[in-house]
Amino acid sequence: MYNFDVEKPTSIADAVKALGRDEAQPMSGGQTLIPTLKARLAMPSVLVSLKGIDEMQGVCTDDDGRVCIGGGTVHAAVAREVKDQYPALAGLAARIGDPAVRNRGTIGGSVANNDPSACYPAAVLASAATVVTNKREIAADDYFLGMFATALEEGEIVTEVKFPVPEKAHYEKFIQPASRFPLVAVFVAKFSDGVRVAVTGASENGVFRWTEAEEALSSNFSADAVAGLKIDGSSMISDLHGSGDYRAHLTGIMTKRAVAAIS
Amino acid sequence: MPKDGGIGASSKRREDIRFLTGEGNYTDDINLRGQAYVFFLRSDIAHGVLNSVDTSAAESMPGVVKIFTGADFEAVGSIPCGWQVTDKHGEVMQEPRHPVLAHGKVRHVGEPIAAVVAESLAEARDAAEAIVVDITDLPAVINMKDAVKEGAPKVHDDLTSNLCYDWGFVEENKGAVDKAFEEAHHVTTLELVNNRLVANPMEPRVAVGDYARGTGDHTLYTTSQNPHVIRLLMGAFVLGIPEHKLRVVAPDVGGGFGTKIFHYQEEAFCTFAAKACNRPVKWTSSRSEAFMSDAHGRDHVTKIQMALDKDNNFTALRTDTYANMGAYLSTFAPSVPTWLHGTLMAGNYKTPLIYVNVKAVFTNTVPVDAYRGAGRPEATYQLERLVDKCAHELGVDPIALRRQNFIMEFPYATPVAVEYDTGDYVATMDKLEEIADIAGFAARRKESEAKGKLRGFGVNCYIEACGIAPSNLVGQLGARAGLYESATVRVNATGGLVVMTGSHSHGQGHETAFPQVIAEMIGIPEHMIEIVHGDTANSPMGMGTYGSRSLAVGGSAMVRATEKIIAKAKKIASHLLEASEGDIELKDGAFTVAGTDKSVAWGDVTLAAYVPHNYPLEDIEPGLEETAFYDPSNFTYPSGAYACEVELDPETGQVTIERFSAADDFGNIVNPMIVTGQVHGGLAQGIGQALMENCSYDSDGQLLSASYMDYAMPRASDLPFYTVDHSCQTPCTHNPLGVKGCGEAGAIGSPPAVVNAVLDAMRSGGKDVGHIDMPVTPARVWAAMNS
Repeated sequence: MYNFDVEKPTSIADAVKALGRDEAQPMSGGQTLIPTLKARLAMPSVLVSLKGIDEMQGVCTDDDGRVCIGGGTVHAAVAREVKDQYPALAGLAARIGDPAVRNRGTIGGSVANNDPSACYPAAVLASAATVVTNKREIAADDYFLGMFATALEEGEIVTEVKFPVPEKAHYEKFIQPASRFPLVAVFVAKFSDGVRVAVTGASENGVFRWTEAEEALSSNFSADAVAGLKIDGSSMISDLHGSGDYRAHLTGIMTKRAVAAIS
Repeated sequence: MPKDGGIGASSKRREDIRFLTGEGNYTDDINLRGQAYVFFLRSDIAHGVLNSVDTSAAESMPGVVKIFTGADFEAVGSIPCGWQVTDKHGEVMQEPRHPVLAHGKVRHVGEPIAAVVAESLAEARDAAEAIVVDITDLPAVINMKDAVKEGAPKVHDDLTSNLCYDWGFVEENKGAVDKAFEEAHHVTTLELVNNRLVANPMEPRVAVGDYARGTGDHTLYTTSQNPHVIRLLMGAFVLGIPEHKLRVVAPDVGGGFGTKIFHYQEEAFCTFAAKACNRPVKWTSSRSEAFMSDAHGRDHVTKIQMALDKDNNFTALRTDTYANMGAYLSTFAPSVPTWLHGTLMAGNYKTPLIYVNVKAVFTNTVPVDAYRGAGRPEATYQLERLVDKCAHELGVDPIALRRQNFIMEFPYATPVAVEYDTGDYVATMDKLEEIADIAGFAARRKESEAKGKLRGFGVNCYIEACGIAPSNLVGQLGARAGLYESATVRVNATGGLVVMTGSHSHGQGHETAFPQVIAEMIGIPEHMIEIVHGDTANSPMGMGTYGSRSLAVGGSAMVRATEKIIAKAKKIASHLLEASEGDIELKDGAFTVAGTDKSVAWGDVTLAAYVPHNYPLEDIEPGLEETAFYDPSNFTYPSGAYACEVELDPETGQVTIERFSAADDFGNIVNPMIVTGQVHGGLAQGIGQALMENCSYDSDGQLLSASYMDYAMPRASDLPFYTVDHSCQTPCTHNPLGVKGCGEAGAIGSPPAVVNAVLDAMRSGGKDVGHIDMPVTPARVWAAMNS
């Protein structure tokens, strides 16, 4: 690590102010950022910890029945607290990383970082969730812009994520054997007005919606409906752990299995 | 009823109390007054001309004590290689200079170019970033077969080529072997890769150098499996420090697996820099540094062939292997693909004619050396994959084909220069068939198929050579060291014992198992015996721990020293009992006169030795302390049969291990619980190699699997509950304990069983691909299933 200052604001307003400092970097759970700093791959002059902001903590339900999760809520808390309301989301949170990661890492940090192999973006996108920041509300469809790229502006903080609760949902993950991140994972959410399918781990452009599968499932919500669907592997990640074609194939299999689990 | 102490008892590992309660004393726990910290600036280029290293800006950075570059080590020796292989033409291997810090060229990613010693690690690292290194890139030499082609770029400009040696074994047999292939009824051919691995001990390497200006004494604290070897290699060959002025301490060491045998540049650097800076210098490897500086393992590319007659008897075997040496010769690298590999190619079979060719190749990669099993896993993997392939080509049962060709009589002289003293391969295979429940496999396969999964069963045998090694023999084979072991047994006045052993424990449990042997010999409780190891200042010259040698060689030295103790104690007892020495018997910690009730306790004899008031001073010296060196007359030959049962998901290619059974013959066993643990650990590493682990370079020599994000280590959840049996015991005939060694068996014996099982599962799904290379990852299985 290089030397840096640390600020630990207790309100969103103070955090925004602190992030106005030169070369400031927000830090939530730090599960990606701390290893990056240790490897000297980032050199912020001030690290603004979002962990002390009470208004970004915890889970509640809003008037529309949405599950609202504070940006600073750790995965373990989500796994515990939304188990009854949104079991697919709780199950996803319960299988991120290891216990240490789950008790430090936060939903806001994950969504802001938008790692192409992260779990949460799949749930956010498939659920048509709303990403709330200190400035505005952003629909999931407008939020994820590519690998590590989001609609967030400089100094903008993810304060909350609001999840509409689908009738049925399931997250099916196939892990990369070394990192245990998703090699490919698929979140299927069935709402009364249609089905949304989000895929993480696979694409060079980060999390995406598989619209062909959505259409097929919206008219016939069964594993058979997606069994014959193919997706192109040419823009999928190809690395040590699998080719683009393999990831494309797994996308189909994980989708089929996710549907089978809830149909 | 199981014994509660002595040989054969599952005594609990006494050392685990300190390890598990955070009370261990590892090298990184050692902090000396006034110590400075070193950070190594390492090459991020695989191959290039090192034009200049400009440290001028860095010198004035805060906290910098001194900066070293390759030029500072021009007068210092090369990091030595401990084994010289002679090739098939009678020429000695090509042996490049291995500098402490790169000079002239960089030859692999991770090679240290400069070292910054500073008041803190952060300051050292800051200053290292201010060093300006000018390198002209050269084409990287990565693929071994390309490396030995005419006109290939050379890793070492002063060598004639990238070929370290071209070894033929046994060269005189080659003609007869080739003739047998011409006359064969059937020939099976297999080409395969034995994947490169990173050892990844839990504790990364650490070195702390210290220098006492007042006395001129050097001390090195280091994470080593063999401190005496480091003292000899570093003192005599690199830094020119005589052994009496150099102490090497390897305290608690958190796993070695071979990679901590070798002498590394960082050790020499810290020792050298401590004197140059006149203060202690400490280096602690980060995990990232470990990936690119710890010696790697395996990395063979092999073509192997078996010739069979019309009755399916093996008539001849030949194998051609390219073995990666990396950029430099690590301490024992040349011996691994030759004497630890070629001599094992007979396996458990009476194949009469064998020829082994090995081409060792320099590449722009991290040096490769011994890793758990060292050469024997490579031999076992290719042979046992080949035998399985033979069986399938011939349409015969793989177990029956093995049984038919088993060696049945011992001692057995193989055509590859070793003589197995004992073994019973039928017994271990019988035991395996029982514990693996082969009879129930068909039903289990049906259950898997009902879930949409394929199920496969794979088996293999193994033989290995442990207890290295007869010094005169290895001397003839090119070892630049002896391979005896030593022990000093010091009996204290009140009867307790301290054993100073040249063996080194870095997880094996010596502190528990060694006392069991002495307790059995004397008849006293184990807690009266303490094992001291890991410090050249307080133990006799010993060769350390690797190659499953500690009990077979180190334990034998301890037995010999204890026999001397008992002989002397009997003399003292005969004086105290006023009886003839020949009538004295030692039993249950007391000396008695045979046929009488006259006796004297162990403690009374030891007290007499140190308070010699009533003592035969005219005949024997006071005191009770003896040293023995034990040089084995042969290797030991553990053997066994392993079975693996996998479930394969044909949709994803995911393989899970559902059952794993191991029937081993380790000869006599001192602590069955520790043996079981050693087998478990070995199996985890063997299964890791078979399914997950892969050290991968791109064509530019960049290490792709440089962290745990990309290098897949097995975790508990990836492994099954093992069924381990070591009740088949044919004791070693040439060491006093009849023990053979168990530390590497699991890693040696498991990879072929796993791969054989995966191929069996694929065949049951209608896909016969013949072979699949390790690691058998989901992506590879899926690609093979859909090829």
